Amino acid sequence: MKKLWEIFYKGLFDQNPIFRLALSLCPALAVTSTVTNALAMGLSVMFVITANNVVVSIFRKVVNPKVRVPVYITSIATIVTVVILTLQAYFPDLYKALYLYLNLIVVFAIILARAEVFAAKNGIVPSFFDGLGMGAGFAGAMVAIGVIRELFGNGTLMGVNVMGAAYNPALIMILPPGGFVLIGLMIASFNLIGEYQDKAKARKQGGVA
Amino acid sequence: MEEYLKLFVASAITNNFVLTQFLGLCIFFGVSKNLNASIGMGMAVTSVMTLSSLLAWAVYNYILLPLGLQSLMLISFVLLIASFVQLLEMIIKKHAPALYNMWGIYLVLIATNCIVLAVPVTNAELHSDFMTSLVRAIGSGVGFSLAIILMASLREKLQYADVPKSLQGLGISFILAGMLALSFFGFSGMITL
Repeated sequence: MKKLWEIFYKGLFDQNPIFRLALSLCPALAVTSTVTNALAMGLSVMFVITANNVVVSIFRKVVNPKVRVPVYITSIATIVTVVILTLQAYFPDLYKALYLYLNLIVVFAIILARAEVFAAKNGIVPSFFDGLGMGAGFAGAMVAIGVIRELFGNGTLMGVNVMGAAYNPALIMILPPGGFVLIGLMIASFNLIGEYQDKAKARKQGGVA
Repeated sequence: MEEYLKLFVASAITNNFVLTQFLGLCIFFGVSKNLNASIGMGMAVTSVMTLSSLLAWAVYNYILLPLGLQSLMLISFVLLIASFVQLLEMIIKKHAPALYNMWGIYLVLIATNCIVLAVPVTNAELHSDFMTSLVRAIGSGVGFSLAIILMASLREKLQYADVPKSLQGLGISFILAGMLALSFFGFSGMITL
């Protein structure tokens, strides 16, 4: 049980797909201008990555290693299509806003990378938790970016005004340039925290020795 | 004619895929450390994107639409592009080894890339006709090349700058891309589609 928790937890911080691994910095970031869109996108990716990990893990002994990448891609594309059709049926507004980017989940490096690195070598249950952890790390990072961008760029959170009428929104935050700068700064702060932790660890070990 | 020109400028500059829609960031940040590599990558992306969107256009309009199989769009586009890039790689390796040595490696990188998939999906979504799809693909390719070449030139200068340790690498590159996006933003409103 503890091991499963570790597999889940590493995706949240140590190997956060957006800030630490820098994988799939991809187009998902474009939809972080509002929290709702960021959350929907994050959950979609979380579902795809978990489902795909399970599928790959189930078939890991059947698939010939030579053709594994096309097989993985077909599996991902099928799951993404399921997500798109579901959103189209139940959340038409979200579907309209996210359409292009939902399609592009197929080519997110993180999903293929988890299939290749983890699910192809591990059992179904660990693969499920790995996908869940990575997906949660991804969704969390998306929502964090979305909160900052929507709060400062529009003065709202999920469409509800929280900053009051006197707040003059910094429009640049919801425009693409602001998104780039913000993500740059967030990556830097993650690095800074990482450096600090490494230093603290080194000091501790030095003290013992 | 005017319409196509408008679309070209719009997809290359005002709606630049990299800087306004965050597409293709993986290769944008991965390759832009070096100017020559960026030029090669820009050319590879432009040609692959143009050819694969034409193929995808044909598949969508002549196979998927008549059969009512739009739900298979994604799977067929992804497999089409991936296998097309493989084929292109083999052909170039055999018939133009010099060219292959120059930008063969970039072909592998773009086989499954956001930006290459985005153009066919956009075309299919908007039910664009043949010429419109072609112009959109070329325009987006030129826009990508422009962005990555500018970025590479900036990053080569950046090597002489004293950047704080935690900002080094990806962090400062993102901020730089933000500045670049800001300057591209100045063109917005010039063309509305």
